[in-house]
Amino acid sequence: MKKVFGRPLSLKNNALHYCAGCGHSITHRLIAEVIDELNIRDRTIGVPPAGCAVIAYNYFDIDMLESPHGRGCAVATGIKRTLPDRVVFSYQGDGDLAAIGTAETFHAANRGENITVIFINNAVYGMTGGQMAPTTLLGQHSTTSPPGRNAILDGYPIRMGDILANLEGTKYIERCAVNTPANILKARRAIKKAFQYQMDSVGFTLVEILSHCPTNWKMTPIDACRWVDEVMAKEFPIGVIKDVKGKGHDQ
Amino acid sequence: MTKMLMQGNRVIGEAAIRAGCRFYAGYPITPQNELTEYMAEHLRKVDGGTFIQAESEIAAINMVLGASAAGARALTSSSSPGISLKQEGISALAADELPAVIVNIMRGGPGLGNILPSQGDYFQATRGGGHGDYRTIVLAPASVQELADLTMDAFDLADRYRNPVMILADGMIGQMMEPVIFKKPKPRQYNDCYVLKGAGQGRSRFIRALILDAIRMEEHNWKLYRKYQVITKKEIRYETFKTDDADLLIVAYGTAARIAKGAIKRCREMGIKVGLIRPITLWPYPAEVIKHFSEKIDTFIVFEMSTGQMLEDVRLALNGAGCVHFYGRPGGVIPTPVELTRFIEHHTKNTWDRGSQ
Repeated sequence: MKKVFGRPLSLKNNALHYCAGCGHSITHRLIAEVIDELNIRDRTIGVPPAGCAVIAYNYFDIDMLESPHGRGCAVATGIKRTLPDRVVFSYQGDGDLAAIGTAETFHAANRGENITVIFINNAVYGMTGGQMAPTTLLGQHSTTSPPGRNAILDGYPIRMGDILANLEGTKYIERCAVNTPANILKARRAIKKAFQYQMDSVGFTLVEILSHCPTNWKMTPIDACRWVDEVMAKEFPIGVIKDVKGKGHDQ
Repeated sequence: MTKMLMQGNRVIGEAAIRAGCRFYAGYPITPQNELTEYMAEHLRKVDGGTFIQAESEIAAINMVLGASAAGARALTSSSSPGISLKQEGISALAADELPAVIVNIMRGGPGLGNILPSQGDYFQATRGGGHGDYRTIVLAPASVQELADLTMDAFDLADRYRNPVMILADGMIGQMMEPVIFKKPKPRQYNDCYVLKGAGQGRSRFIRALILDAIRMEEHNWKLYRKYQVITKKEIRYETFKTDDADLLIVAYGTAARIAKGAIKRCREMGIKVGLIRPITLWPYPAEVIKHFSEKIDTFIVFEMSTGQMLEDVRLALNGAGCVHFYGRPGGVIPTPVELTRFIEHHTKNTWDRGSQ
């Protein structure tokens, strides 16, 4: 019998610890599929963050260096500059990338480091139990914005993809989601394009993933997937934000 | 081997490049900028050399973390407030067992303090500095020549023990010019089994500091502890100066030790037999040596450009033996040999008076 579906070679045969219905698991698989497809498992080095994905090295069957909280882009810079022919990516959440690590992310992007960043935006701090993130929507409840995020007291959700797109150093930025089969396929294409750009030495690439978090959103997985389309994507529009090499696949 | 006249900060850069340093990331801060500038000018000309002016000291040390894991001899430098920012990364390097060299050209503190020479970061340097149960090897040069020698040695020590090594000097040594001869660096000897290069055709590897299981985390701490025990046994360095006939010993390091030598000369002209113990490694600390001297000498003067930090290590070493006096000038004041001579003279008289009572 012909095998038509299996575990990507770049994923270890370990059970994922992520909550049921979490977007991390899907994104992990997409990255592993892309690494397999591009045949770069032998020369890819990943940088997991502090956050839900901190033990990503238990899942990815590639070399990985855990980063202190928020410093993924600085760590990846050190690796890439030392080994320029390797494919280097950092995997970061919204607290990691858009709060504590804003400076490292912004300046790596501005230097045009030839690295890829996979940015998981789930509008909440997941691992620490559902606190307000820089990407939490106005009115969204969290354990540190119990009545809902209030613009006057808590500020506004940050659209990091759009902000970084203004920097000359960034070459490709796309915002995707993994809540529907169609969006998953688009996210896969975006991740592949980002890695391909890095292999072609185009420069800094970032794929932002709107990732559902049923546990901390206190929704069923199905409702969480719907919420991404109906609420989250209104604040964080899905699509290519910047592509210096021309049109995005859905433009 | 030609003798050159060079400024301390620039000497660190040259010695590092000669020792095979191929990655430098740093953020400008006085009084160490000449090192950053030297690397900007010279490291980029070296094959495979990377210089990055980082957006912060935090970013710089984390770039060093990445470069070290990728196999480079990596260096970062700063001065006191910037070293506080680097502690997150130094703790990570220690936890990950990755080699790196960190230079601290100390200035007056606490807080922003000033830009003048000080020795106020002794506690931070010798007690780990960041969070968690770890140590960094700390080397304290007292001359520009020693800056060159110890910078090269620092990379070797970092490789040998896969541990961060700190060079702890101050604005005085960083800024002054002295003749220097660069020794021939040893070829880099290290086991690259930890280096991440991509999995190739083999098994993938990872480097991490997060160990959620308490027993495994405990074992990691004991593993580091055993390594620190080996370092303590093998790597202690110190200089003794005119100790053979001394009735009284000064304990001082770095710039303070140079000033102490001036005071010793004056004291000896006055007939006071003073010697010096100069710790070169501040961690591991030459405690046994100091303890050993207490068998024949009972007056010790600890002299620092701080309010008394190494003083605690001397007291621990002596463990109640001998009589310990302290003279210090914190905050960027450079004490003179004359004022130290006066202090020694005063305490010699007092001690002898007590002895005759």
